[in-house]
Amino acid sequence: MEFGPHLLLASLEGFVTAAILALTAMGLSIVFGVMRVVNVAHGEFYMLGAVIAWWVASLLGGHPAIGFVLALVVAPLVVGALAAVADRLILQRINYDPDRTIVATIGLLYIIQQTTLMTFGPEARPVEAPFNTRLALPWFEFGDKGLTMFWPWGLSTTSYKLFVIGAAVAILLGLWLFMRHSRFGLLMRATQQDRETALAFGIPVDRVYAWVFGLGAGLAAVGAVLVVPIQQAHYLMGQDPLLLSFIVVIIGGLGSLPGTIIAAVLIGMSDGIISVFFTPTLAKIIATLLVAMVLVFRPQGLLGRRAQ
Amino acid sequence: MTGKSRAPNLMVFGVLLCLGLLFLVLPAYHAGNLARIMVLAVYAMGYNLLFGYTGLLSLGHAMFFAAGMYGLGLSMTGWGLSPVPAFAVGVGAATLASAIIGFLALRTRGVAFMIVTLMFAQAGYLVILYFGAYTRGDEGFVIQQADRMIAGIDLSGDAARYFTAFILFAVCFLGLAWLVRAPFGRTLIAIRENEERAQMLGYDTTMYKLRAMIVSGAISGAAGAGYALLFGYVGATFATVQYSIFPLLWVLLGGAGTLIGPLVGVFFMFYLIDISSAVTSAYMLIAGLALVLLTLFAPQGFAGELRKRVFAWLP
Repeated sequence: MEFGPHLLLASLEGFVTAAILALTAMGLSIVFGVMRVVNVAHGEFYMLGAVIAWWVASLLGGHPAIGFVLALVVAPLVVGALAAVADRLILQRINYDPDRTIVATIGLLYIIQQTTLMTFGPEARPVEAPFNTRLALPWFEFGDKGLTMFWPWGLSTTSYKLFVIGAAVAILLGLWLFMRHSRFGLLMRATQQDRETALAFGIPVDRVYAWVFGLGAGLAAVGAVLVVPIQQAHYLMGQDPLLLSFIVVIIGGLGSLPGTIIAAVLIGMSDGIISVFFTPTLAKIIATLLVAMVLVFRPQGLLGRRAQ
Repeated sequence: MTGKSRAPNLMVFGVLLCLGLLFLVLPAYHAGNLARIMVLAVYAMGYNLLFGYTGLLSLGHAMFFAAGMYGLGLSMTGWGLSPVPAFAVGVGAATLASAIIGFLALRTRGVAFMIVTLMFAQAGYLVILYFGAYTRGDEGFVIQQADRMIAGIDLSGDAARYFTAFILFAVCFLGLAWLVRAPFGRTLIAIRENEERAQMLGYDTTMYKLRAMIVSGAISGAAGAGYALLFGYVGATFATVQYSIFPLLWVLLGGAGTLIGPLVGVFFMFYLIDISSAVTSAYMLIAGLALVLLTLFAPQGFAGELRKRVFAWLP
C-alpha cells in the first residue's frame, strides 16, 4: 500500500481508539472532577464491562445483534451498581482521603481482576459483532489525467468500526445534555464546585458521590462493550485503558470535560499515526515521553486551569 | 528523657540482632525467603524515604530498581565486571536516572507527579523491551553462578546469600536511621507536613526534594542490584508498573514514615502471598482484600498504629 492510503487507514484506526478512549477517560474524568479522587480500579470496571458483554451474548445465543444490544444495556448497569456499592462500602468510610483512596482502589483492582480470573478464566473470549460488512474506501490522486479515483487494495474499514465512532459521539453528546439540563446534572455540578455549600443547601452529597462513581464506571463499561467485538474479552484487558485514560485526563486538564475529549482524540490519533512511522515499541516510547514532557512543562494540562 | 531518646537506637540494633540470629534458627526454606525479604525491604526503605518522609508519591520507582538490576547484570555479562564494581555501576545508573527524573518530575506536584513518574518508568520499561537484543526483554537473562563470587565466596550458597542480604539491609537501615533524625531528614519531614512553611523558613524545598529523590533512587537501585546478584536473574518484569506499586503497598502496610515499617510490610505481604498462592492461583485476590481492609481499619499501617497507640517514640 502506498503512503497516503496507509496514513488514512491509520487515522481511521486511530479514530476508533480515540472514540473508546474518550468514553473510558470521560468516566475517570467525571469521578475525578466531582469527587477529587483517583480511581485506580477504573480499568477493571472496563474489563468487567467486556466480560459481562461476553456473558450476556453467550447466554442468549440467537442473532449476535440481540446479545449485543442487551449487553449494551445490562453491562453498564451492573458495573455501575457494583461501583456504587464499592463507593458506599469502602470509599465513603475512608472519607475520600486521596492517598487512602488510591490504595483502596488498588486493592479493589486486584479483587475484581482476580475474581474474574477465578470465574471467567484466563482465556480471551470473542464476542461477535452485530454487523460487520467490509467497506472499501476510495483514494484520490492527481496524475496526468487530472484527479482520478481508485480503490487501493487493503484500504478498507468495517461498518462496525464506523458504528463505534458514531455511538461514542452520540453517548458523549447525551452525557453533555444530561449534565447541562437534568436535575442530577445540576446537583453534580454544584457538588463539583463547592462540596460544603452543596451540603449546606441540602444536596445529599453522599448519594451524589455514589451515583457519580457508578456513572464513571458505567461509561468505562459502555466503552468496553463497544470494543469487545474488535478486541476479545480478557481478565487483564483493563491495564492499557487505565494507563491511557490517566494520560488523557491529565493531558486534558484535570476535571475539564471538553479537555478530556480533545486529549482522547489527540492521544488516540497519535497512537495510530505514530505507529505508521515507527515500530510499535518505539512508537510507545515516544508517545509516553511526549506525554511526560507535556505534563512536566504544562502540569495543568491543555485546558486545565492552574491550581491555586 | 535519656531513656526515651535511647529507645530508637535500641530498637534499631535489636531488629538487626534478631535478623542476624534468625538464620541460625530458621529452616533453609524460610531463611531463603528472609534473604529475599531483606533485599526487597531495602527497596521499600528507599521508597519510604521519598513517600513516607518527604510526602512524595512516586509510581515510577520500578525504573530505579530496574536500573540497579540491569546496571549490575549488563556490566557483568557484557563487560565481564566482577560483582563489586558491577554493583557500583548498578547503583550509579539508578542514581543518575533518579537525578534526571527528579529534576524533571519535581516541577509537578500531587497527581501529576504520580503520573509523570509512572510515564517515565513506563518509557524505561519499553526501552528495556526495545533493546531486547541485549536485555532479552521479558524473558530476561541469568547471571551464571560461577560469576556471582565475591572474594572466593559463592553468593548463591544459603549462608552467604543470607548474610550478604543482611549486610545490605543493615547498611541501609542504619544509614536511614541516622539520616531521618539528622537535620536533613528533619527538613524532609517539615516539607511533608507543610511545604509552604518550610519554604518560608528559608529552606530551598525543591533542592531538598531532589536530594531525597536521588537518595531514594540510589537505595532502590542498590536493592535492584542486590536482588540480581543474589538471585541471579535479571528480567523486564521488575521494571513493570506492578513493581512500582509493590513498594507503595509494602510501605503503606508497614507504616509510612516509620523506620521499621518497610520491613514489616514486605514480611507481611511476602508471607501472605506465599501462603495464599498455595491455596489458589488467584493469590493476588488475598492481597487486594488485605489492602482494602487495611485502609479501612489500619490506615497508618502496622508500625504507624503501634506508634499511635503504644510507642510514641518509634522513629
